[in-house]
Amino acid sequence: MRGLRTTALTVAAVLLIASLAGSLFARFDYIRQDRQHVAAGPSAAHWLGTDDLGRDRLARLLHGTRVSLLLAPAAAALSMLLALVFGAAPGFCGRFPERAAKTAIDLFLSVPWLFLLLMVRAMLPLNTSPAASVTITFLVLGILGWAAPARILLARAQSLRQSDFILLARSTGISHRQLVCRHVIPNLRPVLVAQFWISVPVFVLAEANLSILGLGVAEPMPSLGSMLRELESVLSFRGDLCRFAALVMLIVIVSSLQIVADQPEVY
Amino acid sequence: MWTAILRRLVLAVMTVVAGGLISAMLVRYAPGFGTDERQLDARLSSDSIQAIRNSNAEERNVAGYFAGRAYRLLHGDLGTSRSLNRPVRQLLTERVGVTCSLAGKGLVSAWIAAALLVFAAWIAPTPALRVFTGVCSGMLLCLPAGVLALLAIVVNGPAYVCIALIVFPKVHRYLGNLVAASSTMPHIITARAKGISAPRVFFWHVVPVIRREVLALAGVSTSLAIGAAIPVEALCGIPGVGQLAWQSALARDLPLLINVSMLVVAFVVLANSGADLLAGERSQPA
Amino acid sequence: MRRTIAVASLLVAAFLTSALCLDELTFYVRSEPKTFNPALVSDDASETVRYLTGGVLLRLNRGTQSLEPELATAWKVSPDGRTITFTLRKGVYFSDGTPFTALDVTYTMEQLMNPALHSPTGDAFRSGAGKVSTAVLAPDKVSITFPAPVAGLDKLFDQVAIVSSQSPKRELAVLGPYYMSDYKPGSYVYLQKNPYYWKHDAAGRQLPHIDALKLEIQANRDIELMKFTRNEIQLINTMDADNFDRLARSSPEKVRDVGPSLDSEQVWFNQTANAPIPAYKLEWFKSRNFRRAISSAINREDLCKVVYDGHAQPALGPVSPANRFWFNAHLKPLRLDQNAAVQLLQQDGFQLSGSKLRDRAGHLVEFSIVTNAGNRSRERMATMIQQDLRSIGITVNIVTLDFPSLIQRISETFNYESALLGFVNVELDPNEQMNVWLSSSDEHQWNPRQKTPGTEWEAEIDRLMRAQASAMDDPTRKRYFDRVQEIVADQLPFIYLVNKDALVGVSPLLEGVKPVVLRPQTYWNIERLSFAAERPGNAR
Repeated sequence: MRGLRTTALTVAAVLLIASLAGSLFARFDYIRQDRQHVAAGPSAAHWLGTDDLGRDRLARLLHGTRVSLLLAPAAAALSMLLALVFGAAPGFCGRFPERAAKTAIDLFLSVPWLFLLLMVRAMLPLNTSPAASVTITFLVLGILGWAAPARILLARAQSLRQSDFILLARSTGISHRQLVCRHVIPNLRPVLVAQFWISVPVFVLAEANLSILGLGVAEPMPSLGSMLRELESVLSFRGDLCRFAALVMLIVIVSSLQIVADQPEVY
Repeated sequence: MWTAILRRLVLAVMTVVAGGLISAMLVRYAPGFGTDERQLDARLSSDSIQAIRNSNAEERNVAGYFAGRAYRLLHGDLGTSRSLNRPVRQLLTERVGVTCSLAGKGLVSAWIAAALLVFAAWIAPTPALRVFTGVCSGMLLCLPAGVLALLAIVVNGPAYVCIALIVFPKVHRYLGNLVAASSTMPHIITARAKGISAPRVFFWHVVPVIRREVLALAGVSTSLAIGAAIPVEALCGIPGVGQLAWQSALARDLPLLINVSMLVVAFVVLANSGADLLAGERSQPA
Repeated sequence: MRRTIAVASLLVAAFLTSALCLDELTFYVRSEPKTFNPALVSDDASETVRYLTGGVLLRLNRGTQSLEPELATAWKVSPDGRTITFTLRKGVYFSDGTPFTALDVTYTMEQLMNPALHSPTGDAFRSGAGKVSTAVLAPDKVSITFPAPVAGLDKLFDQVAIVSSQSPKRELAVLGPYYMSDYKPGSYVYLQKNPYYWKHDAAGRQLPHIDALKLEIQANRDIELMKFTRNEIQLINTMDADNFDRLARSSPEKVRDVGPSLDSEQVWFNQTANAPIPAYKLEWFKSRNFRRAISSAINREDLCKVVYDGHAQPALGPVSPANRFWFNAHLKPLRLDQNAAVQLLQQDGFQLSGSKLRDRAGHLVEFSIVTNAGNRSRERMATMIQQDLRSIGITVNIVTLDFPSLIQRISETFNYESALLGFVNVELDPNEQMNVWLSSSDEHQWNPRQKTPGTEWEAEIDRLMRAQASAMDDPTRKRYFDRVQEIVADQLPFIYLVNKDALVGVSPLLEGVKPVVLRPQTYWNIERLSFAAERPGNAR
């Protein structure tokens, strides 16, 4: 298992470093359109071929990975933080805070927040840079994505509240802060970790889906999500396997980091 | 007990109403409200275009509109869809069964698959199985819903499989971690040390401990399934509530959106309340 | 008793067999029909149903682009262009058996011209204030008089589906080749052949040949293509260039490129006086040199090649060359010339500072283009224009918006700088575009609802459009409209980009399909289409 974890860590590190360092090389210009070689297959000039506008797919993949894997985990972390505050804390308190949290979670899970995203986009200046607009999109996704993990954290916190070891810890006179830091949060960690690694690809895909409504990353900036949209014409991929590069990249990185993050739980 | 049930019911109704009101406000103040693509029809005269703009004047005062709608709702009148020109009640009646069936089958399939894999990992905890299931669920998490829906059509498969594939990785991931976390609990170690078989330990000692979280996950996965139904129905052309929700969102159809939102809120509240009841939970102080 | 049972069984078997042998043509419509009232039709799906079910007095033959008698055997437009008199065909019945009479025509026109209805078809007839009057001159003769001359009056009746004044089924009783027999919302519209349809083929057989049509509702074009290749649907009325090429490689007999369509894609700049955009940008957009420079810098050939795989051609103006009569063949294309673009900009005081263009006040030349999200062709065109303009130092930001947000910006708040959209031209007659060119109109996209024309050239266009609308002979009208096209080509309020080709898919199982550029491209002669005799599993 240790060997597997090391391999996964190495793979993830190599891909992340490549995505961060890729733009340092002049060859990797993700904007330039080579209109004579549109939707071309792999070649010496374009190792992963080109997209529908003749842009180097490898350059766009590396840059897009950087964009998505910087912002999606940040959004996921923000969601986890909000889930802790609005899910775990009320679940541990019980009574009215718990009931209020459940009601808020039910509402958050079902109301069409899509319109809030549209409102946010409408408030942005017309000439907002692609980097700023995609950052804001992920920020809003992070703010809106807390409800599902909060529900489970709330249930977990309820269990903890009623568990024997917490009762024992309280009876020893431990302070509230020590109780939370030493006993509650470590026991919430499995749920937090699981939800974090689910949220990363979910947010990447959400950004891609939102581009149907104009809320995704703006051209010419690539993201993994926008590259995944190429797969929507999967029926017409003409045997061009390079179109799956973004999907493979996302799967490899997410799976690798999940393997790295998985470890036996401690109390 | 009856007081508790009544209190839950009142809270549920208030939540549904609040959900409808929040949805109404979001739609009302979202950009594009009150517009109609007929405004770009060059054949229409200025008077006609102005009439189109004025046609939803009633909806612009969202609080007043919502209050009126709520009153009419009590009399069974759900209003008329502006984009489809049909009574909302009729639209929902035609479609709710389709979505319930689709989401229900998808949800059950996802849970069965996730539970079986988690149980298999418990019985035979080999690294190979763990990596395999991890990669599978990771791959499914990374596949866009649109691609899954298209693949389902290509192979002429049932659409509920798409929903199952969307919900499965999330359920599997949580369940796997919950079960793994419980495996190091002292009473589990004791049970194993005493030679109790793995299946018995799983069903008699692990499941009761994680029951509350599993039920909470079941409640949450209902809203995931309903959310997944929207792109699947829209792409596969299935005439369900999900397709209706998507069309009404694009058209800013306030009467339809309020009702669809309230329906979704009701489902989510029902699912989560049901999970709480099954968990046998009472609100207790910390 | 046994004989009765035997006969009854035979009858049932015959019925079932004939039902199983129903010829059924299936194709997709992209969205839910919004209405089945022919007077209120404005979307594609509703128009499809209207075309297939509605009987009209006159029909524009999409193949020859000439007007033909239909429910009217003859017609006459008065010299002043205000009155049209029809001689109606005798012995025609609605799909429920109700006889067709002159009263149905007058009833239809009354409904259509009801100002409270706000019918797009009715608005096309509105040439002046006042009431439209109808008169039944004889059982088979009816006249309709308008308050002011209507240019191209007779051709407008191609869009007027006659409804019954007597039938209890109202709009559902139709005179066209098919009637709606079933509708499953979100799923399909089912049409069956009109048993009372008046047309017959040369051999005397009642038309239509095909028994039923199933219009399935499906917006996804990849799914449409897949079903087409599996022969689950038999027609694709409009196809993307990508899908066209893919199908052409595997089954070239199934696809047709009919040539340039009537549609165009264009960019325009916001010149609205009170637009909430910086004043210096408004000054840029109002400059003819600026617009011409932008146009010169855009590589239209590349747009056609990359976005449409060669199935498009650079557009010259508001009229596509497919519109043979109204197209101004003397227009000269604006060639790609980035040096000329820079020179034009320099005339207005713009200067290149390094790789960035600045105006005379030192502002960086940067603006946004809004277009509708989800339209891959437009997103790609915008990205290509972004690169083209970067070469002359201009930064373009692409803002994709969902359609309601886009409509709000370009029609109500005017909070946009430039827009990339397309025109879908259904009619050949330039009167269809009247509201686009009149400066007082809502559809005068770059600066709508002007109290008085803001520029001389817009005033000239107003005058010319009104003149062509009141002229009665086509050559005179063409002279006026040619001049409008020349002004537009010079001033470029719209920077026309491409005219897309009409790309269609036709199953080899069908006979009689003659794809054309006018809508509906593949089934304009639906009543004469039939399935090939050797179609598997359907021998008669």
